[in-house]
Amino acid sequence: MFAAGFMMNAWTTATIVAVVAGVVGYFVVLRGSAFPAHAIPKGAFAGAAGAALLGINTLIGLGVFSLLGALGIGAMSRRGKRDVVTALTLVLMLALGAAFLSRITEYEPEIYSLLFGEILGVSTSEILPVALLGIACIAAIAVIYRPLMLASIAPEIAEARGIRSHRIDMCFLVVLALATTMTVPVVGALLIFSLMIGPPAAARSLTSRPLLAMCLSVVIALVTVWAAIAASYVYNWPVGFFVGVFGALSYGLGRGWAAWQRTRTTRPAGLEGALGH
Amino acid sequence: MHQLYAAVFEPGFFASVQVHVAVTIGGVVAVVCAVTGVFTVMRGQSFAGHALGDVSAAGGSGALLAGLSPVAGFVGLGIIAAAVMDLIGVQRVRSRDMATGIVLGAAIGLSALFLYLTSVTGATTGAVQQVLFGSIFTTPSGTIPIVAVLGAIALASLAAICRPLLLSTLSPDIAAARGVPVRLIGVLYMLALAVSVGLSSVATGAILSTALLIGPAAAALRLTRRVGRAVGLACLIGVLSTWLGVLLAYDSYYWGSSHDGLPVSFFIVAVIFVTYLASGLPALRAARRTGQPAAPAPVAERDKIAA
Amino acid sequence: MTGERLSGAGPAEILAVDGVSVSLGGRQILDEVSFVIGAGQFTGLIGPNGAGKTTLLRVILGLQRPTAGNVAVLGRPRSLRAQPIGYVPQKVLLDPDMPMRARDLVALGLDGNRYGLRLPSKERGQAVGEMLHAVDAERFADARVGNLSGGEQQRVLIAHALISRPRLLLLDEPLANLDLRSGQEIISLLARIAAEQQIAVLLSAHEMNPLLPVMDRIVYLAGGRAASGPAGEVVTTEVLSRLYGHHVDVLHVHGRVLVVAASGDDQLAAVPLPTAEAS
Repeated sequence: MFAAGFMMNAWTTATIVAVVAGVVGYFVVLRGSAFPAHAIPKGAFAGAAGAALLGINTLIGLGVFSLLGALGIGAMSRRGKRDVVTALTLVLMLALGAAFLSRITEYEPEIYSLLFGEILGVSTSEILPVALLGIACIAAIAVIYRPLMLASIAPEIAEARGIRSHRIDMCFLVVLALATTMTVPVVGALLIFSLMIGPPAAARSLTSRPLLAMCLSVVIALVTVWAAIAASYVYNWPVGFFVGVFGALSYGLGRGWAAWQRTRTTRPAGLEGALGH
Repeated sequence: MHQLYAAVFEPGFFASVQVHVAVTIGGVVAVVCAVTGVFTVMRGQSFAGHALGDVSAAGGSGALLAGLSPVAGFVGLGIIAAAVMDLIGVQRVRSRDMATGIVLGAAIGLSALFLYLTSVTGATTGAVQQVLFGSIFTTPSGTIPIVAVLGAIALASLAAICRPLLLSTLSPDIAAARGVPVRLIGVLYMLALAVSVGLSSVATGAILSTALLIGPAAAALRLTRRVGRAVGLACLIGVLSTWLGVLLAYDSYYWGSSHDGLPVSFFIVAVIFVTYLASGLPALRAARRTGQPAAPAPVAERDKIAA
Repeated sequence: MTGERLSGAGPAEILAVDGVSVSLGGRQILDEVSFVIGAGQFTGLIGPNGAGKTTLLRVILGLQRPTAGNVAVLGRPRSLRAQPIGYVPQKVLLDPDMPMRARDLVALGLDGNRYGLRLPSKERGQAVGEMLHAVDAERFADARVGNLSGGEQQRVLIAHALISRPRLLLLDEPLANLDLRSGQEIISLLARIAAEQQIAVLLSAHEMNPLLPVMDRIVYLAGGRAASGPAGEVVTTEVLSRLYGHHVDVLHVHGRVLVVAASGDDQLAAVPLPTAEAS
């Protein structure tokens, strides 16, 4: 499992992807942005189809469409409901994708790998761009970390401090788009989402301290991806299947742990004064 | 005048059997989706509505593999997923979205597996495309009765629970105080949603299933203040968008030199999107006049954490 | 310490709370609260912020399970098929896109729990119109509920609750969103309707003075414990000091009641509560 060159590439890239997914995913869960986290990669997939049509690098198509999706959702959220504009932006991009695909004839295998990832087919030359984009994502999060945390947890306080929720929201969506672009070719448009939801949600069930939760989220994402690769190697079923299932499992375990913790809590019932709780 | 008619309706439009099927199925699906969609948008469950589309697609691939009827797969897995989503999600919007996301993630994983197995067993090529981008024009006319019956069931259930559903959407606490079984109503709604999305996915593809569910309903809700009217308006917008899309798709085969045309889903979605944007104009104009911002949308989707 | 019942109940017993305790997350929120409310009795549920008023209301509604004790409405414990209770929550987060006019919301109060479709009818329209008139909400009857101000929403929610002719009406801090005059209007309106229709009203507030003119009884909640009875008997230095667990003074100033805490051994800190507490 570790000898073949392509497997080493797979482990390396998967690690980078898991780290980014764990960090960005923490904020996805914190902000309740599950739908955009699903919609942006999916829309990006349509862009890849368009790039294939034009004969240019799919990464460019991915980047452009994920950015358009992020900006579209952010801009329309000003006046429309968040979940509605996310849905409509998504279907518009997918419809464009369908239009592009109708013009291409031989595209089937590439569709599958764009949707579900081709992690076992990553070449050595692809590792560097993925790593660089990953670093860019983490750096971006680090830069906007404090305003983002404040705006996510207490938007009114953030507004009072001069942090415009809308701007931060836009920034976050763009980071999400960036994370999407670098991870889609590896894990697939549909599955990066699982990594950004399951592990962070599990981490947040285990602790509420932000940095600790982020680290846990990365750890759980790493375990998920590694286990998925190993399982795929052994059983010959697609990596994507295991990512989806293990992601759900980690979420379930997190919830189970939290529930168990709640039943265990038997702090002595003390009468507190009515003056200020 | 005759020239205008010929320009709008390319030759053979009204005679084409494919068009008949598309217009009928599209119309039925549009109505079912519009009605379900009004409640979906009101309850803020667009994500669930979309996710069930993907889940249905997984069910479809699974059914193909097992040799079962695709409709059974689409609707069956959708119902199971809807029940699970309701089970693990709670009333809070954010937890509900997480639950939806998890179920979706698992379903996508299943999709990956089914499609892989499909290609390995040498079954139909183009399975991925079909499942994800399925088209009205390729749906066999034999599915019309099934679609209509399932649709009628979904609509009847929604009609039966519409008042308690409305009340519990407004305030679950007030509804509970009035004796409404809030949890049960929520589950029934999710099941109706699963059936609607399932049948629209199998008939018109996953893209249109979401578009027809959310777009017309959201536009209608912006334009009217009454639920009954919203439902009627959404149906109207949905059906007209579908028919216009079918017309444009048919005509597109005659455009340009390549005579390839563009998929019908593209045109329908485009019309719906434009309609949605247009529905925001009245509010924008009113806001400009009074100098106030138009209905402010919450920026972060999170809601308050209960004590 | 058990709840103190200082006066017996006279009219038909609508609500009986018996030994209700609630502990959440290791904290004791309510400790053996007991009281009875009869038909037509206007009862104020008074206590400082955080005292557990909302929790108590939720227990009565059946939305929160108590750690101990039970609640009976019209002699029956809370369950799905039990008598509906009119409820006006403190805040209902209403979406501006919600397709509902104030008028429609009140109409839902008539039959929001029935199944199936219904055709509009003249009688229903009339009943809704009368109720809107009663709460002085006609001006904005056709506006979207999501666009109403806090006070306007409050009136509409009250109309919604009253139109179903409940036997028991619970209101969670209805005065918090209203200016003084509107608050007084709402209180007199509620008192009148309660007397007319013999509804038992339980209205929670952190400031008892606006309610003094109309309250038949008071349930004072502090330190998780409750004392109930006529205001004159409950709001005294002895009773409240026992509730709070430390000395408080009850002062009568210009016809208003002030509850003042003493802090420190020999100092009297002017920390009047609940009057001074901001919501």
